[in-house]
Amino acid sequence: MSAQAGGAPRKWDVSRVDQQSYKVLPLGGINPDGGNSVDYITGGWRSERPVWSEEACKHCLLCWVMCPDSSILVQDGKMTGIDYDHCKGCGICVHECKFGTLEMVSEAEALAAEGSVR
Amino acid sequence: MPEKKILSANGNQMVAEAYRQAAPDVVCAYPITPQTTIVENFAKYVAQGRVHTEFVTVESEHSSMSACVGSCAAGARTFTATSSQGLAYMVEELPIASGLRLPIIMANANRAIAAPININCDHSDVMLAANCGWLMFFAENAQEAYDNTLVAIRSAEDHRVLLPAITALDGFITSHAMERCELMDDETVAAFVGEREALYPLLDTANPVAVGSYTNAEPHYEVKKSQRAAMEAARGVIKEYGDKWAQVCGRPFDMVDCYGCEDAELIAVVMGSCAGNLRHVARELRAQGKKVGVARIRVYRPFPAEELAAALGSAKAVAVLDRSETYGGQMGPLALETASALFQAGVSLPLKGYLYGLGGPDVTLDDMRRVFRELELLAAGDASVDTKVAHLGSEKEGE
Repeated sequence: MSAQAGGAPRKWDVSRVDQQSYKVLPLGGINPDGGNSVDYITGGWRSERPVWSEEACKHCLLCWVMCPDSSILVQDGKMTGIDYDHCKGCGICVHECKFGTLEMVSEAEALAAEGSVR
Repeated sequence: MPEKKILSANGNQMVAEAYRQAAPDVVCAYPITPQTTIVENFAKYVAQGRVHTEFVTVESEHSSMSACVGSCAAGARTFTATSSQGLAYMVEELPIASGLRLPIIMANANRAIAAPININCDHSDVMLAANCGWLMFFAENAQEAYDNTLVAIRSAEDHRVLLPAITALDGFITSHAMERCELMDDETVAAFVGEREALYPLLDTANPVAVGSYTNAEPHYEVKKSQRAAMEAARGVIKEYGDKWAQVCGRPFDMVDCYGCEDAELIAVVMGSCAGNLRHVARELRAQGKKVGVARIRVYRPFPAEELAAALGSAKAVAVLDRSETYGGQMGPLALETASALFQAGVSLPLKGYLYGLGGPDVTLDDMRRVFRELELLAAGDASVDTKVAHLGSEKEGE
C-alpha cells in the first residue's frame, strides 16, 4: 500500500476527535474507518533512515516481509522505494538485506542534503 | 402459546438451559468450582448438536475473557461463566469489554476469594467486578438465575445499552441446590432474546473497523462518559425487558424486590439467596404485629437507588446485609450504596451494616432475628446498639 497522506477520501473525519462529545463519537472508542492509520504520519519519529540503492537489489523482498510498518513500497512484485511518511527508522530492513542495497544514514544529514528542515 | 415445563433443577442447570435457549454463537470458558457445571452442561449441548455454538476451551480465565472480547467484537453472541479466582483473573479484561461496549454475558457462581482459599459462597468475587462497567444481576434462587440470564441478554445487547452483563448466583446454595423450576419453551425464549445485531462487527469485512485503538485524553474521557450514560439508559431498558419477560413467564421482575415495605418501619436490605431467611423471620415478626420488611436488590448495576429509597420510605431504621467486605470502608458495598441512595433522596435514617457468611458459614434464622431486634433498638434510639458495622454469625470461643 502506498502512502495516502491527506489524499484518500475517508468515511470518518478523525480530526475533530478531541472536540467531539460521546454523543457523536463512534461507540466504545471504535474507529469505524479501519485503515486510516495510513493518514497518520509517523515518519517524523526517525533519527536515522534507510536509504535504498536499486542497482544491487534482487527484489527478494525480505525487507518487505520484515518491515514492521509496511513501509517498503512494492509494485508488481518489485521493490520501488521506501515510504518515508511511515518508516520509523528501525533499521530492520537494513539488517535483513543480504545484498547491501540498504544503509542507515542520519536523518538530520539526509534532511540537510534535501535542503529541508523538520 | 408459551409452554412451561416444570422440572427439578439447580441454578447452574437453569443457567445452562438459558444459554442453550439463547443459542450463543460462541462460548469461551474455563472450569472453576462452583461454576463448572454451567459450562459442563452447555458443552454437553454442543456435543449433542443441540446448539450451533463454537465452544472454545481455553487455558485460563484470562484467556477466556480475552477470547470473549474478540468473539463479541467479531459480532458473535458470546457467553461465558466463572467464579472466584477465575473472575479475579478476568478483571484485567472486564473494563475492556465494557469500554468497547461488547455485550458479553457471564454467569458468576459467587464464591469467596482467597486467602484463605475457600470454595463456598460469598460475594467477594463478584464485587471485584462492581466498578468494571458491567450490568450486574443477582439471583435469589435457581429460577431467577434463569430469568435474570434471559433479561440480561436482551438488555445487554439492546443498542440503547450495549454493555456486558454479569448474572450472579450464590455458589452451591443456588448453583447446586435442586429446586422446583419452570423452563419456558425454546421458541418463546428464542423470540424473547431475538438475534444479536452487532454495531461494528469485525466480520463485516466490507466495512473494516479498528477496535481497541489508543485514545488520547479527551476521547478517552468521552468513552467513560458514554458508559455512565449507557448505565443510566439500562435502568429503563432492564425494566422494560424485565416487565416483558414477567408477562411471558408470569413471575414479577423488580429491580428491588420488596416484602412488607409498604408500611415497614424496620427494613433489612439484602442481595442473593439470604433474602429468604430474612423474609421467613419478617413473616414471623409481622404475625406478631411488628412492622418489618425486606428489600432485596436484584439488579446491582445500575444500582436502583431511587427504587430502593422509595422502598425504604416508611422506614425508621435500616439494616443492610453484606456478603463481602470493604476492609476499612465504613460498611460493606451494598450498605454503602444504600446509604448513598438514602442520602441522595434527602433521607437521614439510622443505618446499620452487617457482614455475614464470608466464606460460607451458615446464615441462620437467629442471625436474622438479631438483625430485626437490633433494628428495633436503633429505631427507638437505644444507646446499646450503634451503627458500626457488625459481623453476624455464631459466637466463637475466645471472643
